[in-house]
Amino acid sequence: MAARAMWKGIVTVGRQKLPVKLYAAIVDKKVHFHLLHDKDEARVEQRLVDGESGEAVESSELRKGYEISPGHFVVLEGAELAALEPEPSRDIEVTRFVPGGAIHHQWFDRAYWLGPDGDVKGYFALVAALANSGREGVARWVMRKRPYVGALRVEGDHLALIALRHVEEVVLPSDLSAPAARDVNAKERALAEQLVDALADHFDPTEYEDTYRKRVEELVAAKAKGKRPRLVRPKAKRATESLERALQASLAKTSKNGTSKNGTSKNETSKKAHAQAKERKAS
Amino acid sequence: MARSTKPHRHASASKTDADAPRARSFWSGTITFGLVSIPVDLYAASRAGRPGLRLLGPSGMPVERRYACSTEGVEVPFEHLVRGYEVARDEHVVVSDEELEALAPEMSRDIDLTRFVPVAEIDPMLFERAYFLAPSGATAKAYRLLADVMERQERAGIATFVMRGKQYLVAILAEGGILRAETLRFADEVRTAEDVGLPEPAKVSAAEVKKLERTIAAHAEKALDPDELEDPWTEKLVALAEKKRKQGKDVIEVPAEARGEEMAEVIDLMAVLKQSLASGGARREGAGRGAGPRRAAAKRAPAARSRRGAGARKATGSRRA
Repeated sequence: MAARAMWKGIVTVGRQKLPVKLYAAIVDKKVHFHLLHDKDEARVEQRLVDGESGEAVESSELRKGYEISPGHFVVLEGAELAALEPEPSRDIEVTRFVPGGAIHHQWFDRAYWLGPDGDVKGYFALVAALANSGREGVARWVMRKRPYVGALRVEGDHLALIALRHVEEVVLPSDLSAPAARDVNAKERALAEQLVDALADHFDPTEYEDTYRKRVEELVAAKAKGKRPRLVRPKAKRATESLERALQASLAKTSKNGTSKNGTSKNETSKKAHAQAKERKAS
Repeated sequence: MARSTKPHRHASASKTDADAPRARSFWSGTITFGLVSIPVDLYAASRAGRPGLRLLGPSGMPVERRYACSTEGVEVPFEHLVRGYEVARDEHVVVSDEELEALAPEMSRDIDLTRFVPVAEIDPMLFERAYFLAPSGATAKAYRLLADVMERQERAGIATFVMRGKQYLVAILAEGGILRAETLRFADEVRTAEDVGLPEPAKVSAAEVKKLERTIAAHAEKALDPDELEDPWTEKLVALAEKKRKQGKDVIEVPAEARGEEMAEVIDLMAVLKQSLASGGARREGAGRGAGPRRAAAKRAPAARSRRGAGARKATGSRRA
């Protein structure tokens, strides 16, 4: 069943315009808990109290303020804030195109699918042109009174728009210093390289599932029937004492578990097996 | 959504979400690969941008958030809050942190890297949140070794682990000698183009594609300019607030000692991260600061290829050509 579009817009690239529909690509399936009062197990409500008097504040009494410097608030009225809102617009303006991979992972926020809104040929022409260029577009748009910047990308055969975080929100590794460590010796490095190699594989997100969600649901069902679960305490692991020994032992274990045959390493064998499995799946 | 930097969208879902300051370690555990264990602390890699708007009460002081019991109406202090799972409307089963941890004790303590995959194979659609990992053991040697090897091989470690009652699929990436965890969405949380009902590819006019390609080339840039990611709304807000302050209009001064708790929690994330990265391993090794930030931009992964469905593989070929 086709999903309902959450918004309609027009992708503009230079002078070319393409009407599109926007769909949420993410559905949240995480376990959600409610906060309860332990005494009567009733849900709690959030309540706002005045910072000075500690009294509950009605929503009509609330004002909005911006802390311009520590301890100094400038009150902003509703009309003033409304004036800051961006002009409503249907344009998803693609301002530039950067090489694929040039946008750091940490900027990516929420993903949306774009589907054609009428002009199917024009839509797939943009898919083809963008795919051929190896680039992704940097797009700006205003949706529900908020300005967004996003990456316009080809995902499979279709267009996706991934909202990007704002510059102040993200700390990048390049802003930080790596932890200092004594020089690793060549032997340790070689062993670690081999170990990572032995565990190398392809990424297939469908191989992972949220098994914990099921366990939580089972726990809840059992407790609802009055059963008491048995508690197992997790043990904290200690840091590896001898790095070289641990690496060597891991490698020994990995190759024992592997299907090493005819002198091929476990790595090559498993890669081959993986490729064969993929082929089988595809055919 | 783009402006929100709350650790989780459902801030009420767990008490720690709502109350923990953002820059405190989120989780402490162990990264394991093979038989090597690396104790680490996890820190959120995102921070609130410039402070946004605060809600002020009648006194002019920022309001504080408290919890009140929905039946008794009385305020419930933090230590009397418990987590409940809703089994029917207004009917909950209380679960404790210990019970949740006991459901999967290993998963709650270890990020077990059983698989290393090319970074480029991870679809950006899957990325959810980033956390930095700081070594918490006596030495940072194993940490640095893993980071260096992964970075050189352009591979990410994949694992699932449990943090605060939720299981996360996570990619551990290395950049500039620093490990970070990117939580990924599970496959069933991402709708495919087919799920959404997008149409099958249609025949296109070669001339139209060429025309679009020329337009793309005309607007090509080498990199993303961080200035593009400025938040225009916040900028306008700050400008307006500055103007009003200069005019002396609607300015409220709050004495420092009377400032609400929330304000005390505005911690400089960067300072916390720098400190924890620097202190990990420094205890025994006595080494000074790290090697300084190394720019990894030059060898950043090529375009992440979509691996969703057979169509994705087809498209990849044409894009590389």
